[in-house]
Amino acid sequence: MAGESAKQVLFEPIFSNNPIALQILGICSALAVTTSMSVSIVMSLAVIAVTGFSSLAVSLVRTQIPGSIRIIVQMTIIASLVIVVDQVLKAYAYEISKQLSVFVGLIITNCIVMGRAEGFAMNNTPGMSFLDGIGNGLGYSIILLFVAFFRELLGAGSLFGVTLLSPVNEGGWYVTNGLLLLPPSAFFIIGLAIWALRTWKPEQVEEEDFKMSAHKVKEAF
Amino acid sequence: MEHYINLILKAVFVENMALAFFLGMCTFLAISKKIEAATGLGIAVIVVLTVTVPVNNLLFNTILREGALDWAGLPNVDLSFLGLLAYIGVIAAIVQIMEMVLDKYIPALYAALGVFLPLITVNCAILGASLFMVERDYTFGESVVYGFGAGLGWALAIVALAGIREKLKYSDVPDGLRGLGITFITVGLMSLGFMSFSGISL
Repeated sequence: MAGESAKQVLFEPIFSNNPIALQILGICSALAVTTSMSVSIVMSLAVIAVTGFSSLAVSLVRTQIPGSIRIIVQMTIIASLVIVVDQVLKAYAYEISKQLSVFVGLIITNCIVMGRAEGFAMNNTPGMSFLDGIGNGLGYSIILLFVAFFRELLGAGSLFGVTLLSPVNEGGWYVTNGLLLLPPSAFFIIGLAIWALRTWKPEQVEEEDFKMSAHKVKEAF
Repeated sequence: MEHYINLILKAVFVENMALAFFLGMCTFLAISKKIEAATGLGIAVIVVLTVTVPVNNLLFNTILREGALDWAGLPNVDLSFLGLLAYIGVIAAIVQIMEMVLDKYIPALYAALGVFLPLITVNCAILGASLFMVERDYTFGESVVYGFGAGLGWALAIVALAGIREKLKYSDVPDGLRGLGITFITVGLMSLGFMSFSGISL
């Protein structure tokens, strides 16, 4: 459990075993907050903090938790951490916390947090669990920022609120693509991102339900 | 009355939990391969939402809200920061109670809902609906209607997606898109369709 494996635990979830693209976890909150980069960054930091520290806390008490009530214990730890994050955001980044509205609270039910607590932290040492939590948080952030980058750049012509492509309605040349600011575009972008990721790493491709048989030409006579 | 019908219409179509707010996506994508399973889960979500949203509404208005503890002689106490912890606790407890009650009195329904009930605790649509209820300051009556409407909208979306996916099984999808990728794109198109409801009100 030295250097090499710690690095693996930290970086594996970013591309090879991405929580969103491969494990289908935590998509709930991933999409609604991605209309601008700054909001997504804050959301990512919140999620990284919660996954990291909840894994650490769960791992610290893992030998004391009775099996039958472990879910409720994990839930309480996670909910308390999310309350802390929520209060910090309200105190120091009020505008952004208004934009995130209910989605900070929804980190509680983000399956990544629960999934890592249950799947990894329950059986591993605190240090490794912490790294695993951070790694999965990073994997989540990568997708979040990727989606937000395209949505803000092409939808509003700006990044972090700074105008890069001057939009037509302000006398510029760039015709903004309003669709990208609407909910459906997030689904398309993630779908395409998964396609790209799986073309790059073909071992992630899912099995076919039905195999199409090869085309056979029947002789007419 | 019209106000309530309007609220239901809005919760089901315009502000569809799954397609407009992306809530409950994990289960939405994972359990939508078969129509039967999707219907079971949909019904479970409707039932749980219709119960938990009003209960959380009562909890918020009588205990957590700023100044709500007036009746206990504590007019200046604001417990709203405990909200998240309280709501998730209520949801987990209600799901558990519901499981036991159904098992005892309506075993047929219990068997039909099966594994979906416990899964629902971690469905973001349930917690999300409670949080929206608090944010929009619904009254008790409104919260009942909203809970039911939000559940109905979610159920409708998952059954529709399951229908599409059952057909999609036979189509020849590019390798990298197979499974998850094409599902995302399908949901995107559905979401686009649901957007045509925006602005509708009575």
